Parts: sequence; C-alpha cells; structure tokens
Amino acid sequence: MNAKKWDHVASGVIYTLVAAVILILVAILGYILFNGVPDISWHFLTSPAQSFSAGGGIRDQLFNSLYLLVLTIIVSLPIGLGAGIYLSEYASDNWFTDLIRTSVEVLSSLPSVVVGLFGYLLFVIKLNLGFSILSGAIALTFFNLPLLTRNIEESLRSVPNLQREAGMSLGLSNWKTTTKIILPAALPGILTGLILSAGRIFGEAAALIYTAGQSAPTVDYSNWNVFSATSFLNPMRPAETLAVHIWKVNTESVTPDANLISSASSAVLIIVILIFNLGARFLGNKLYKKITATK
Amino acid sequence: MKEYNLNESYITDIPEKKALSTKNLQVYYGDNHAIFDANMDFPRYKITALIGASGCGKSTFLRCLNRMNDKVARVDGNIMYRNVDINSPKINVYEVRQHIGMVFQRPNPFAKSIRENIIFPLRNTGIKSNDELEERLEQSLRGAALWDEVKDDLNKSALALSGGQQQRLCIARSIAMHPDVLLLDEPASALDPISTSKIEETLQILKKDYSIIIVTHNLQQASRISDYTAFLHLGHIVEYNSTANVFTKPKMQATDDYVSGNFG
Repeated sequence: MNAKKWDHVASGVIYTLVAAVILILVAILGYILFNGVPDISWHFLTSPAQSFSAGGGIRDQLFNSLYLLVLTIIVSLPIGLGAGIYLSEYASDNWFTDLIRTSVEVLSSLPSVVVGLFGYLLFVIKLNLGFSILSGAIALTFFNLPLLTRNIEESLRSVPNLQREAGMSLGLSNWKTTTKIILPAALPGILTGLILSAGRIFGEAAALIYTAGQSAPTVDYSNWNVFSATSFLNPMRPAETLAVHIWKVNTESVTPDANLISSASSAVLIIVILIFNLGARFLGNKLYKKITATK
Repeated sequence: MKEYNLNESYITDIPEKKALSTKNLQVYYGDNHAIFDANMDFPRYKITALIGASGCGKSTFLRCLNRMNDKVARVDGNIMYRNVDINSPKINVYEVRQHIGMVFQRPNPFAKSIRENIIFPLRNTGIKSNDELEERLEQSLRGAALWDEVKDDLNKSALALSGGQQQRLCIARSIAMHPDVLLLDEPASALDPISTSKIEETLQILKKDYSIIIVTHNLQQASRISDYTAFLHLGHIVEYNSTANVFTKPKMQATDDYVSGNFG
C-alpha cells in the first residue's frame, strides 16, 4: 500500500475512535437530560426534600453542594497554588521534589471512599468536627489537592523559559517574575484545571457520605449569622449534597417518587457543571485577554 | 578538526575606558569546564562582538556578565564593573541586571500590551510618576527604532507584532531601564535580513549611549557593526583585538582559519 492509502486508513481509524468517544458522551448526557429535564420545575428546585411522601425537592441539597464547593475551593486553591508554584518555579530537581511529586501522584489515585473514611476517622471522630460541611470540605481538599497541584504545576511549566529569562534579565525577582509574568500567562490552563476539579467536587459522593453526612437539617436562609446552628452558612452543620442525595434516594429512600427525584437531580447536577464549565471558560478568556491585551 | 595550541592567545589592551573586565573567569557545568581563564576588557560606548563556532562558549561567557548563569553553572573569577566585583555572592543580582541588560536570541516579549512590556519592569525599579514612565516609553521605543511603527497601537498585545518588531521591543524594554551595558545573544539570528539590518542600524545609534556586547555567528555582521572582536574556541579566548585587525590581520592561526572559512 502506498503512503496516501495508509494516510486514508489512519484518518479513518482516528475519526472512528473520535466518533466513539463523542457517541458515548452524547448518549450518557442525552439519557440523563432526556430523563431528568422534564421533571425539573421551580417547585422541585425550591422546596425541601421529603422523607416519606412524594413531591419533595432539592433546595437544601443544591445549596449544600454549591456551598461545599466554594468552601473546598477556598481551602484548596491557595494550597494548590503555593505547592504548584514551589514545584514549578522554586524547587530544584532532586530526590526531595521527586518524593513530593510521587506522593502527589499516589494521593491522586486514592479512591474517594478511602479519603472519606480517613476524613471520618480524623476530622469527624478524632478532631470532633462531627458530620459537617467543614469536615466535608477538608476531605474534599485531600481528594482535590493532588490533581489541582499537578495541574497548576504543569500549567506554569508550559510557559516558555524565555519568559523567565526576560523577567530575570530586567532585574525582576523570582517572585515578581512568577506572579506578574508566569502566572498570568498560565492562567487559562490553571482555570481549566480548576473547572475540572470543581466538576469532580460537585459530583463527589463517596468521600462526603462519611464526612458531610447524609442528613439535610432544615436551615433558615434568612439567618446570616455563620455561628447560629440554624443558619444556612454555618459550616459546622451536617449537609447532604446533591450527589449524596442521588445515592441515598436510590438506595434507602422510601419516597414513592424516588426515581423521578434521582433522575431530575442528576440532570440538575449535569446542568450546573455545564454552567460552571462554560461560565469559567468565558470568564477566563476575558481575564486572559484583559491581561495580555489581545483582542 | 585541526588541533590548535589553546594555551597561546592574543588579548589586546584597549585604550578606551572599560565598561566591564573579566579576570580569570572560569565556568563549569558540573564537571564540564566550559570557559577557561577568560581575561579581557570590554570598552565603553563601543560594540564588542564575540564570535566562534557553535559550542565554543560565547553565549555562556556572555550570560556570566549579568549573572544569568546563576543556578545554571558555577562561575569562578572576577567580573569587574565600576571597580566592583559583580561575581561576588554578596552582590544584589537584581540590581546588576538593571545596570547590565540583556536581549536574547529569540524575541521574548511578555504576554502583555506593548506599553506594559516597557512600563512594568520600570515600575518595578520604583519609578511611579506617570509622566516619567510615558517619557521613557517613547524614548526607548524611539531608541529601538520602533516608535513610528507602534505609536498608535501601544495598548495592543506585544505578541501581535512581527518577529523583528518583537525583538526591537525587547531591545527597547532593555534600554528603557537605562542600563550601562547591553548584552545581546545572537539578537538577529531568528530574523529575516530586513529586520536584521534594522537591528544593526539601531545598534549603531545605541552605542553612543551604551556599551554593547554582542554574540553572533554571522561573521559579516561582526565585521560590519563591531569595533572589537573576540574569537573563542573550545572555551578559550583565542584572540581579542580591534575588529579590523581580527578580520584582516589575525595574529593566531585559529582565528585566521575561522575568519577565512578554513575552519574544522
């Protein structure tokens, strides 16, 4: 066979593989949305869940998921940035940084249920935090941090070395070069990583069952006092998230409309993640253009 | 390759004032001895070219002069600048680099606007007055012969410029710092002939105010623009003399072979 023919065959194989990926993705998304979207209503989004009767909503679970996500990112982003910057811009290649990288990799392949049990033993029991949003956020930080750190490190590394030399040759310190030149240039990559990890956090269930708990106590959305037990902002209250709710409704719920609730909740979960994705991408592009002055 | 006696060299004493001098400079990459005993003086307000075959150490030598080899290689010996040894560990390297600027082989503007590319490093040196920043912006872009081409687009991204314009922006960025010495590491090797000649013209104007040291492997370029030329071979400075002498009356056999194309 000649080169041209081989090229055709190779292109065909590649197209087929890509089509398979897209097909699987579209099938899953389509199935979830097709089954769930018709059952999503304003009432469903804004009313509390019911334990025994039909017609319950997901108001608290949806809020808990978002709140937990925000808390987790607040905890993990500074640590991830610090570690990523250290590994990419400051650390020299030696056995110590190799050890850090290996640990990060091992940590990232830890099953989330193990992270959950570890969080249960350490935060919930030992440190007496109880089933709480805070325990959940710390457990999710453990779960999220390795990939986030890795991603930030890679994004920073992918900025050409010429940029660092330019900064150095103009008398900028390593810190200034990193924060004012390298970090802005790496921002789109870091943002993509953050979005991906936000999706993982938002959809995580196993690590939260043992840390944030499976109950959603009624909270008062007009109580802004973080320390009040009934406040929606209190990080020390137990909080069932949307993903945990889906799991629970499917396993131990006695509500007659369990099927409806789980499919509608799944659709909401997917839609929220899609909104994050598109929104963050849009914001990231805008930010990048503003910093780099490209049109 | 022909063998030359590398222990022999001809290093001229320059009559001009000195911008920089190196004394017994040695550079090591790990166990690899890259520069042997470099002793030479760079004149003020002149262009000095460093020439030699690839791997002879000319870029390594150049990068020592503003401490860009820190963390990359071990540099022993003295580099005297205004009677101070800037190769000493006690020296503030960031300040050294503000006095001794550098332009690299590949243009490396920051992913910022043209204006920010020049103003941002200036602000870092503590200049706050907007008038002064704007003045230096215009002055440096004029100095690098770029002003007329970009004066209406100062807020556009520097990455949208052509390669030659980007390189002149990098020169402008360096001279905006008002350095004493400008180090250029093959600044035109990635550019087309028109951009190259623009950069060469720019350098001729700049040497009135700056001492320029340029690494090039383009021999015509060295003979066209430089006042002094140093020829390096295998990490040794073999010959250092006025450019006219190096190209027409070389004292060393290796230099003669290299400039006449009989090398290797």
